[in-house]
Amino acid sequence: MQTIINAFPYLMEGLQVTLYIFSIAIVLGFLIGLVVALLRLAPFKILNWIAKIFVDAIRGTPFIVQLFFIYFGLNSLGFFSLDNTTAGIVTVAINAGAYFSEIIRAGIQSIDKGQTEAARSLGLNSTQTMRHIILPQAFRRMLPTITNQAIISLKDTSLLSVIGVADLTQEGRIQASATFDAFNVYLILGIIYFIVIYLLSMLASFVERKFVLR
Amino acid sequence: MSMIRVENLKKSFGDLEVIKDMSTVVEEKEVICVIGPSGSGKSTFLRCLNRLEDISGGHVYIEGTDITDPKVDINKVRQDVGMVFQQFNLFPHKTVLQNVTLAPIKLKKGDQKAAEKKAYELLDKVGLREKAKAYPGELSGGQKQRVAIARALAMDPKIMLFDEPTSALDPEMVGDVLDVMKQLAREGMTMVVVTHEMGFAAEMGDRVLFIDGGYIVEENVPKELFGNPQHERTKAFLSKVL
Repeated sequence: MQTIINAFPYLMEGLQVTLYIFSIAIVLGFLIGLVVALLRLAPFKILNWIAKIFVDAIRGTPFIVQLFFIYFGLNSLGFFSLDNTTAGIVTVAINAGAYFSEIIRAGIQSIDKGQTEAARSLGLNSTQTMRHIILPQAFRRMLPTITNQAIISLKDTSLLSVIGVADLTQEGRIQASATFDAFNVYLILGIIYFIVIYLLSMLASFVERKFVLR
Repeated sequence: MSMIRVENLKKSFGDLEVIKDMSTVVEEKEVICVIGPSGSGKSTFLRCLNRLEDISGGHVYIEGTDITDPKVDINKVRQDVGMVFQQFNLFPHKTVLQNVTLAPIKLKKGDQKAAEKKAYELLDKVGLREKAKAYPGELSGGQKQRVAIARALAMDPKIMLFDEPTSALDPEMVGDVLDVMKQLAREGMTMVVVTHEMGFAAEMGDRVLFIDGGYIVEENVPKELFGNPQHERTKAFLSKVL
């Protein structure tokens, strides 16, 4: 018990780092996803192509390889030097962005084309139609799948411990070896992740209820 | 200047030639009813009039503007051409009032107050003022279609296009929608109505277009077209529907 009490403040510091990385990466990831989805649906073949290659490349490679590529690979070129936290945020954002883009694309395509026709017939241009008519409806439908991906991304941040980011998992590893009580430290670690994710999904279902499609 | 002038209109979907060659003119305040068998191209014809369909050949002039010209700002033209759809296509995430005010607020840069005042007038006109705060999902089909008409009218269009506006309605709802359309016609709105309501076409149409096989087969005042059709195909069609 004493070991857990001693380790707990360190784990909380790690949790802060995890939440910091997650919140920045998920917002960035969502923006990337939105842009990529719009490129994917744009009336220009080249843009569709670029978007598709990006998505396929991210989906077809493991997260940890992407992380090593960005942190070790890009840094080794010598043009810039990303610290491990930044590299971690970038990797989570890009990875989530690829998956978000597919979710957003499917959401946009699920909206009846009569909605677009009605909006365009009133004189709205395609950007106004997307912004005021299509996206608000699509987002409501996407919310459960977006939550799912956000949870996966949150769990992915634990892999950043491999490049030495002092996140929750990394702090757990340090405490596990410092206290010689791996069982209890990792048990607590799991419980902390579980609570955070549980709160996240509660928040999501609250938002979902609030914006329920009538 | 004619409100609408269609010259040798052609429209293909891939290899399928839906509109082969159509020409007609619609003058101000005219009510044109378009009838014909399903698959004859009448809805496609209507949808070419505001370029919801890309036009494959020929010209369509709206108030003298050739909308087949790629340089034309089609969004500007569409503000003058209201459209009502068979499936209503109301925006389900917006209230009735927001459905009606959305385009005027976004496009006319008018203030919200003025747009809402006008929207309430239009909802009065279609008999749905009390539904202003409701969502489309809470309305019946006939109510939805009347809101859709109000939404189109909110942009002060000079032309109204109706694409089978009563075809998706329960029979007892049809009358309410037709009444609104009749009132519009009496007020002098230029209207093109694709319809299966032969009664409406006979009563309100200044002219009736019979479309079949991608052509305007026959075009006449309703009394003549219904009473004394000239073409075999018109006769055959009318004998089935009347």
